Order: sequence, then structure tokens, then C-alpha cells
Amino acid sequence: MTAPDRFLDYAPAPESTSILHLRDSYGLFIDGEFTEGHGTPFATISPATEKHIAQVANANAHDVDLAVAAARRAYERSWSRMSGADRGKYLFRIARLVQERARELAVAESLDNGKPIKESRDVDVPLVAAWFFYYAGWADKLDYAGLGANPRALGVAAQVIPWNFPLLMLAWKIAPALAAGNTVVIKPAETTPLSALIFAEILQQAELPAGVVNIVTGAGDTGAALVNHTDVDKVAFTGSTAVGRAIARSTAGTGKKLTLELGGKAANIVFDDAPLDQAIEGIVNGIFFNQGHVCCAGSRLLVQENIHDEVVDRLKARLSTLRLGDPLDKNTDIGAINSREQLERIRRLSDVGEAEGAERWTAPCAIPEAGFWFAPTIFTGVTTSSTIAREEIFGPVLSVLTFRTPAEAIAKANNTPYGLSAGIWSDKGSRILAVADSLRAGVIWANTFNRFDPASPFGGYKESGYGREGGRHGLAAYLASAPLEPARVAAPTARKQLKK
Amino acid sequence: MTRLTVPKTYKLYIGGAFPRSESGRSYEVVSPSGAFLANAALASRKDARDAVVAARAAVGRWSAATGYNRGQVLYRIAELLDGRRAQFVDELSRSEGISTAAAGAQVDAAVDVWVWYAGWADKYVQVAGNANAVSGPYFNISVPEPTGVVAIVAPQDAGGLLGLVSVVAPALVAGNTVVVVANERAPLSAITLAEVLATSDVPGGVVNVLTGSPAELAPWLASHADVNALDLAGAERLEWVDLQIAAAETLMRVLPPVTGIPGPSLERILAFTETKTVWHTKSLL
Repeated sequence: MTAPDRFLDYAPAPESTSILHLRDSYGLFIDGEFTEGHGTPFATISPATEKHIAQVANANAHDVDLAVAAARRAYERSWSRMSGADRGKYLFRIARLVQERARELAVAESLDNGKPIKESRDVDVPLVAAWFFYYAGWADKLDYAGLGANPRALGVAAQVIPWNFPLLMLAWKIAPALAAGNTVVIKPAETTPLSALIFAEILQQAELPAGVVNIVTGAGDTGAALVNHTDVDKVAFTGSTAVGRAIARSTAGTGKKLTLELGGKAANIVFDDAPLDQAIEGIVNGIFFNQGHVCCAGSRLLVQENIHDEVVDRLKARLSTLRLGDPLDKNTDIGAINSREQLERIRRLSDVGEAEGAERWTAPCAIPEAGFWFAPTIFTGVTTSSTIAREEIFGPVLSVLTFRTPAEAIAKANNTPYGLSAGIWSDKGSRILAVADSLRAGVIWANTFNRFDPASPFGGYKESGYGREGGRHGLAAYLASAPLEPARVAAPTARKQLKK
Repeated sequence: MTRLTVPKTYKLYIGGAFPRSESGRSYEVVSPSGAFLANAALASRKDARDAVVAARAAVGRWSAATGYNRGQVLYRIAELLDGRRAQFVDELSRSEGISTAAAGAQVDAAVDVWVWYAGWADKYVQVAGNANAVSGPYFNISVPEPTGVVAIVAPQDAGGLLGLVSVVAPALVAGNTVVVVANERAPLSAITLAEVLATSDVPGGVVNVLTGSPAELAPWLASHADVNALDLAGAERLEWVDLQIAAAETLMRVLPPVTGIPGPSLERILAFTETKTVWHTKSLL
């Protein structure tokens, strides 16, 4: 072992799971109570160990009916009649309860999802609390949301969320929906239901009226039953572009308001005058945060040709220091891949990258025997037509391309059907602003990457979906403008001529 | 002896030029009383695709123009439309079978719609965008930007000119370019309006006008991968759900049909915008 390696040795520092009081099995959360589902229950496992965590109920179409009916009753009998101030107070309560149980939620999230505890503890769960706190304050201020006076809630919102940020995506969906006065039926991802079910306990502690939030666990057919239910008024989905497209088709002509937050293939553009120390950290954060299971991940590194070798060398050196392993260990940088299925997808696309001629480099790190793991990987010599430059891998795999001029960088960055996010690294402010103007992406990080905030709208251009989550803009997804007086464009009875 | 008139050939308006349909097809436009008015071009799938190509090519320049500049160009349309009022009144009253007073009111309303939207071009960003107070040392701002190419089915009921203007003008405000299928039975004022556009400093390709059958043309536009948004305003009597399903393939932004002519609204401007949020680090002093 070389000296630098010894220097980086840490003793294991695992977060204890004793804070969790997990049940053997979890039901659906409908009308304020946990109930048995009518589908065949499924197990949720830890992707780091493949060990069983709990049995989870599986909602079939009948359960979805019950959940939507509960949400409709709650909408009509309590939530839509409640003052905005009181709705806000419930959301404030939820934010506080999340803070109080933050450690427990973080442990559950890392156990079930495989993400490092330092991320669930320092990013996911604090943002969950912040999201509820932020939207709580909007509940009695909707007249100021830019949608005219007295915007109205839509009714029952059907929400389907992914496995990469299970509790955070739940917060992104539920907080604005409730603030705007809607009730909710939400379906967590099949592989990561645990934190949502603990969240259901928080809703009970908050004494949120029964039926305002209903949680139905299950797989794709549960989600399809939910979004296609005839009694929902609003559909919000975060996930793959393929499923988003299917939802756009199935909701066409139904009048359901639809927002979609879908895939991405973000360009992270590094100019030769970039602050390289920060850029290297930003590139690493951009694609290796959350094992690259991030729709806005900076998966295409566009680096100016004259600094390509230096950037790649420094990236390799930095990646060699990342610690892959037990998600619950506080020293862990790279956790487990969320599922065997996802691991196979990452392996397959990486093999395609190699077969198409890109040069593969893998960080030297020991891979645990059990569980699903993929070491941080860089592909150099990638071209714009390479599969790994076009398809979303959703894993810790970075594709490196080069450019010579800003115009080339912009053309390459925009050469994708996606348009969710992008990064720009440069010390020249005027260039950053000009490039940001030209990038067709909904979120642009300049000299930073993967920053999220409840006050900041998030969402895509083109095939990355439509609608925004976060900020004032995020409320528009859950509100209808009050019928507008058409702007008065008078057709005058008598034409007045300009006196010459 | 009365002078023999010189009637106009009504053609398409694509990329700033007035071509006939590449298909060589035309269709008879008649007044409500059945009198022959003109043979309008019956646009084909190829014409629709040419129009999308022209619209895409025009996005860069039009969207990069300043709001002040776009506002002046849109206002210029109002000026020239007003200047040709008599021609439009004559054409509308003959083709829509309405009194000259009603035709005059329609032209006036169309002029005023252009003026109303012209004024938004340098303001909608302020109203729809904002700075975001995020928890950290970041400058963070959200601004609306044009979606790109907008395909529109113009209202198909009475009021061919006002209907067209009421859907085209809002799409142009933010810097989108447009392919519009005109009122099928009353398409003449749409082509005459194209003559106004061609002389109003509107760059070629920013507005492309197709005459013909919306039922034939709309499916090609809804399934065109280079169209970013679809306004089904006048598609009420088409199989518009199928159009929306086709548009889902590329996650096109879709506005559903409206009854009648949509009134002027900021919402119609914002329907064809995307919100871009830019974060920049602030250094710690």
C-alpha cells in the first residue's frame, strides 16, 4: 500500500440503525390509516446488502379507487374548505416533524435506497423539511403567486415519484399540492417505499385530516391505475421519459393538468479559464452525487480541448480518493446502485460505450461482495453520436467530450432531445451569461452544480418534460387561474384619427 | 366602360416568400352566398414540413432580438394593418358575408390585438420571472424564454382575420416562430395579412401561413419532431385528442381547443415559454 492510501484510511464509522423502529410489514396509507392492500405484497431490500428490510403492501386498482375516493372526500369535506392559513400550519407542523425525526429518516433512506448517509443526512432530509417550510408559507398567499386573484385548487392530485430521491421527491410533490389546496394520492417507487411510509406516521403525528394525503405502494401497474383514474384532476410524474411519454398519451383529452419531470443528459461545460480546483469538485459532484442516479446529473463533460488532459488526470486522481461502500458509513462517498435492474442497465450501457470505441477508466476501489455496486467510471474519446453521450445512463459514469470554441460547446450541449440542466465553468462572467442564454435547459449552474432549493424552480425543456417544481413557479402546477376578465382590447365604435 | 379588375392569386407564405403549394393543388374559396372568390393554395404535408424548416431557421434571430425590437416589429404590423384597413374591410365583407361595419370592427380589433401584445414583448419577462432567495451564497434567477417553433390551428369559425391574429400574436411575443394553418373556409385575409407581415420588418420564416385543410395538415405538424409547441385553438371539430397523443411522442407543449376566438391574455404568451433558472456562486468576501 502506498503512502497516500494509508493517509486516506479511515476506521469504519457506521450510523446505527437502532434509531429505526421498523415494522415487519407496512400497509397502504389510505384515509389516515394503514390498511392491507389487495395486491400481492412485495419485499423491500437494502441494495447494499440485498438483505430484507420489510414487507410492503401492493395496491391494486381497487386500492387505488379507495385512495382516490378518500382524497376526493377529504378535498370536498375538509381541505378545500379550510383557510389557507390553517393549511399552512399543517405544512409547518410537517416541516418541524421532519426536522425532529431527521436522523431516523436519513437512516431509513440510506438503508432502503443505498445512498450515502452523508447525502441523505445533509442534503435529502434537510431539503425535505425546507420544502414543506417554504410551501407552508405560500398556503395563505396564493393571491400573490402571479396567477391572478383567487386562484383555485385543482382537486385530487395523482403523483408518481422515482427511487433516486424517495423522500425528497415526495416533498417536491406533496408540499406545493397541499399548499395550493389539493389533496393527494402518491405512489412511491417500488424499490424505495420505506421513507414514505415513515412519513405517513409523521402525517398522523401532525394530525393532518384523514385522506388529504394517501400513499399507495406498488409497481408500474399501480402507478398506471393512479394516473389513469377518472377522478383525478392533476397528474405529476417524475421519472423516465418513456413513462412520461406514455402518461402524456394516456392523459390526452382528459383535461387532467399534467406536469412531467423526466430524463436528462446534461452538459457540464468547462472553459480553459475555469477555476479548476472548484471545477473538479463540481464535475465529481455533478455526476457522482447519489451514484449518478440524478436526472439532472452532469453526465456529459464538455471540456475545452487545451485543458482536456489536465482535467481528466485531475479527475482520475480525485476519483481515486472516493470511498465506495456501506451507505450507512459516514465516510462513504459512493453508495450502492439502487437495484439489480439499474446495475444491469449501467453495465450494459458502459459496455456499449467501450464497444463503440470510447476509452474506459474505472476508479480503483474494492467492490463489496453482496449488494449492487458500480465503481466511478470515466469514458474519454466520446463523440456526440456515441450511445453514452446520448442515452441517460443514470449511474456513476461520465462521458468526456471536447470543444474548441464557445459556439461549439453550445452546439454540442444542445445536441440532445433532453433539456433539463447544464453546467458552465469559467472565470469570465460575460461569457457565462452569454452561454447560459444559449443553452436549452431549465436549470443552469454556473461555477457550481447540483444545487437545489425550494425557492428555485426546477424542470426541463424539450423531452425533459414540462412544468416547474420549486419556487413561485412550482405553485402553477397545482392551481388554476380564476376565470380571467379578458384583457380589454377595445374595438372602438368611433375611430379617432391622429391629428396631423 | 368599366375597368377589368386584376384579381390576386392567393398563395402560401413560407420563409418570407409566397410559393404555391408544392403539390400544385388549390381549392375553391367561396363567399357564404356561394360566389366564387379565389382558388387558394391547398397546402400539403410537404408544405407543412417546409414551413417548419423555415420556422426553425428563423428562431435564432427572432428569439435573440431584444424585447424592445420585437415590440416595435409587432407594433409595425399594427401600423401597416391599419393602413390597409379598407382592403381588409372589403375582403372580409365579401369573404365572410358581413357588413362593412362588422368587417371594420374586426380589423380594428385585430389592430388593437397587435398593439396589446406588442407592448408585452419587453415586459413579460419581468412579470413571469423573478429572483429566487435560495439558502446559500448564490445568485439565482428564473426567466421565461421562448419554447421555439409553435404550430397553430387558427380558429375556424367566423372572424378569419381576428382569429388568426389572436393566436399568432401571443406566440410571437416571447420570440417563438410560428406555422399557422389558417381558417379553412375564410383563408383570404390570412394571406393578405401575410403581405402585411412581409412588409413589417418581421424576418422571413417567423410567421408561416398555410391555407388548406386543418384536418389534413395538423397531424403532420403534431407529429413533427422539430415542433416544440402545438396550439389547437381552432381544432375543436378535429380529432384533436389524436393530435395531442401524437404530440406526446416528443413531449410537445399542447394548448387545447377553445370555443370562438381567444381573448388577449398573458397566459397565451407564457404558454409558449420555458422557465430557465440560472444559479451562480457568490464568492465569500
